[in-house]
Amino acid sequence: MSQTTRPDTIYFFGTCLIDLIYPQAGVSAVQLLQREGIKVIYPQAQTCCGQPAWNSGYRDEARKVARTQIKLFPKNIPIVIPSGSCAGMMKTHYPALFKGEADEAEALNVANRVYELTEFLVDVLQVDLTDLGELVEVAVHTSCSARREMGVADKIEQLLGQLAQVQVKEQAYKAECCGFGGTFAIKQPEISAAMVADKTMHIRATGATQLISQDCGCLLNISGAFAYQAEHEGKTAPKAQHIAEFLWERTQASSQEMKP
Amino acid sequence: MTTEFRIDVEKALGKTEVRAHFRKAMDTLMTNRRHQFPDDAALQALRHQAQAIRANALSKLPELLEQLETNLTKNGIQVHWAETTDEANQIVLGIMQKHNAKSIIKGKSMVSEEMGLNHFLEERGIEALESDLGEFIIQLDGETPSHIIMPAIHKSKEQISQLFHDKFPDIPYTDDVDELTASARRILRDKFYAAPVGLSGVNFAVAETGTLCLVENEGNGRMSTTIPPVHIAVTGIEKVVEKLSDIPPLLSILPRSATGQPITTYFNMISGPRKADEKDGPTEVHLVLLDNGRSTIYSDPELLATLRCIRCGACINHCPVYVRIGGHSYGTVYPGPIGTILEPQKEGLKVHGELIQASSLCGACGEVCPVRIPIPDIINRLRYDSVRKDTEHTNTRDAGSKRKPLEAAIWQGWAWSAARPSVYNLGGNIATQLRGLVPNKVGAWTRVRSAPKLADKTLHQQLKALGVDHE
Repeated sequence: MSQTTRPDTIYFFGTCLIDLIYPQAGVSAVQLLQREGIKVIYPQAQTCCGQPAWNSGYRDEARKVARTQIKLFPKNIPIVIPSGSCAGMMKTHYPALFKGEADEAEALNVANRVYELTEFLVDVLQVDLTDLGELVEVAVHTSCSARREMGVADKIEQLLGQLAQVQVKEQAYKAECCGFGGTFAIKQPEISAAMVADKTMHIRATGATQLISQDCGCLLNISGAFAYQAEHEGKTAPKAQHIAEFLWERTQASSQEMKP
Repeated sequence: MTTEFRIDVEKALGKTEVRAHFRKAMDTLMTNRRHQFPDDAALQALRHQAQAIRANALSKLPELLEQLETNLTKNGIQVHWAETTDEANQIVLGIMQKHNAKSIIKGKSMVSEEMGLNHFLEERGIEALESDLGEFIIQLDGETPSHIIMPAIHKSKEQISQLFHDKFPDIPYTDDVDELTASARRILRDKFYAAPVGLSGVNFAVAETGTLCLVENEGNGRMSTTIPPVHIAVTGIEKVVEKLSDIPPLLSILPRSATGQPITTYFNMISGPRKADEKDGPTEVHLVLLDNGRSTIYSDPELLATLRCIRCGACINHCPVYVRIGGHSYGTVYPGPIGTILEPQKEGLKVHGELIQASSLCGACGEVCPVRIPIPDIINRLRYDSVRKDTEHTNTRDAGSKRKPLEAAIWQGWAWSAARPSVYNLGGNIATQLRGLVPNKVGAWTRVRSAPKLADKTLHQQLKALGVDHE
C-alpha cells in the first residue's frame, strides 16, 4: 500500500511528454519537491511508461518498454509522477501488463509506490503554500485518468485553494473528457475535434485567463486548440499551464522579483 | 482510409441541431440519475451487490440455464434454444405458423432488434407492430433505435408531430405530447385486442422459480404479454439470475441508473400461461433463449464481464462520444460504450472492429455502470485482440484482423528505442516517430489545433544541468 508518512527521498518519473514538450513542468515539479526538503532522484535512463502502446493494443511492445522502467526504482521509496495518465498506467495497468510474467512482483512493487504529483503534495507532504502572485482567474481541467484511475480529482483545487490571489472559475461539463485520449485524437480525429471544440468553448466562457491541469496530454490538446482558434478565429486563448509550473511561479519569491 | 463509420460520424457531427438535442436529452438523464443516488457510499455498495449477483449467475451459467428450463417447463412455459439469430427467427415463425397468426404485437425488446425480427417476419407476410411508444415512432419512420432504452431519443417533438401527421392524415396535426401519446394509445389499443401473438423481451429470468421479469413504463409490456392468446418472450442466455431474492437489488439499481426513476411504472413477473381458474392471460407462453456469440464471450474470463450487462443504458447516457455522434452512427444494434464492447465480440472485429477506437478511454462509462463492467479495460483488451499475433490464445472473433504491417512496425520501432535510454536520449525523438504513425491523419491534429512545439532542451538535459541526482 502507498505510504503516507513523509519520506526523505523520492524517485521522480518525468514522463515522455514533459521530457520533450513541457520540460518546464518537470523542472518546476522537482523544485517544488526539493523546496519541501525532499531529495529527488531522477533516473536518467527513464523514457516512457509504455501507455501509448498499451492503449493501442500493442502489449508486447508496451511491456518491453515498461520492463526497462520498473528496474529504475530499486529503493523502497515513493515514485512521484507529474501526470495522472502516466501514474495511472503504472499504478493501475502495470499489474495487468505484467500478469504471469517473471517480473510481475517487481512491477507490482513499483505500481504500489506510485503517486501522482498533486496527490503527493497534498496527501503526503501536506504542503503549505503562500501566494506571491497577482490576482488571477483560472479554470481547472482534471484529466480523466487523474479523476477516475488515480481518484485524485480534487487535489488541484485543494492546492489552488491555498493561493489567496487565485480564483477558480468552474466551466460547464467540467468532468467531461477533453477529447485527447492519446491515439484516439489521431484515429477518430472528427470526434476528438468536436470534443475539444466544446471543451475550449466552456473554458473560455468562464472568462478565466489561465487553464491549469495536471496532465500534459490534455494541455497539448486544449492549448493547441486555443492557439489555433486564436490564430484562425480571433478568439482569446487562455494560457495553459501544468499545475507544477503554475504553483512554482506563484510561490517562488525570486521568480516574482524578476518580474517588473 | 476513410471508413464508413467515419463518414457516418462526420455526417452526425454536422447536424448541429440534432447534437444539441442529444446533449439536452443526455444532460437530463445524467441529472436524473445523480438525483437518485445522493449517497455515494450507498450507491457503491449497491453497485457491488448488483455486480456480485450478475457475476454469480454467470459463474454458474450452464447449471442455471438448465434449472431455468426445468422450472419454466414445470410452470408451463415452453423453452426454445437458438444458437443464431436465424434460428431464433425460425422458432418465432414456427410458433406463428402453428397458430396461423398473421400479426404480432411487440413490447420493447433489444434481442428482437438483434434478430432483425420485424424485417424477417414482414418478408414472410407477417405484420410486426411495435407497441412501445418510442419503438412505434421509429417504426413509422422506418428507422432503428438510436438508444437501447429510448429508441426515438434522436427525434424532436416537432419531427414526431410531423411524422404522425404524415402517417395518420385523419388525426388533426398537433405538437402536444399528451395528444400525440393519446393518439398512439388509441391506434395500439385495437391492435392489442386483434393480435393473435404478443412478443416481449426479458430483463431477468429467475432460475429458482422459472419466472420471467419484465421492466417497463407504458403498460404496453403487460398488454403484449397478457392480451394476445400467445406470448413469446425472447432473450439472451446471459439474462438468467439464480434466485428470486436477486431481483430486488437489480430492480433498485436498473431504473435509477437508466432513466433516473426510483422504480418503473410497471414490473411484470411472468410465471406461466393462464391457469384453468384464471380469467385472463395467454394460453401459451414461450421463451426463446438466444446465444448469438454469447457463449464465445463467456469462454473468456476477462471478456465475460461484458455479459453482466443489465441494459440500463447509463454508459450510453454518460458517454462523451455517444452524445456527439448519436446512436445511428455506430451502425450496430447496441450503440455507445456497451455496443463498443459487445458488437465487435458478437459480430466480429472485421465488421465492427473500428468501434473500439471510438473511445478516448475516459472511463465515464465504467464509473456509472451499475454492475461495474470495466468497459475501458475491455476496450483495451479488444484493441489487443484486434492486433495481436498469437491469435490462438483468444476466442475473440477475427482476432488479429486489424494488425497492419506499417503500424506494427512503428510500435516495434518505438519499443526498440524507448527500451534503450541511450537511443531515446540521443536521437530517438519519439514525437517525430509518432508523427509518422498514420501520416495522412496527422493533418487532422492541426486541422483544429496548432502543432505542438518541441522543447529546446529535454527534461533529462535540464535536470542533469541542475544537478538532480540520477541514482
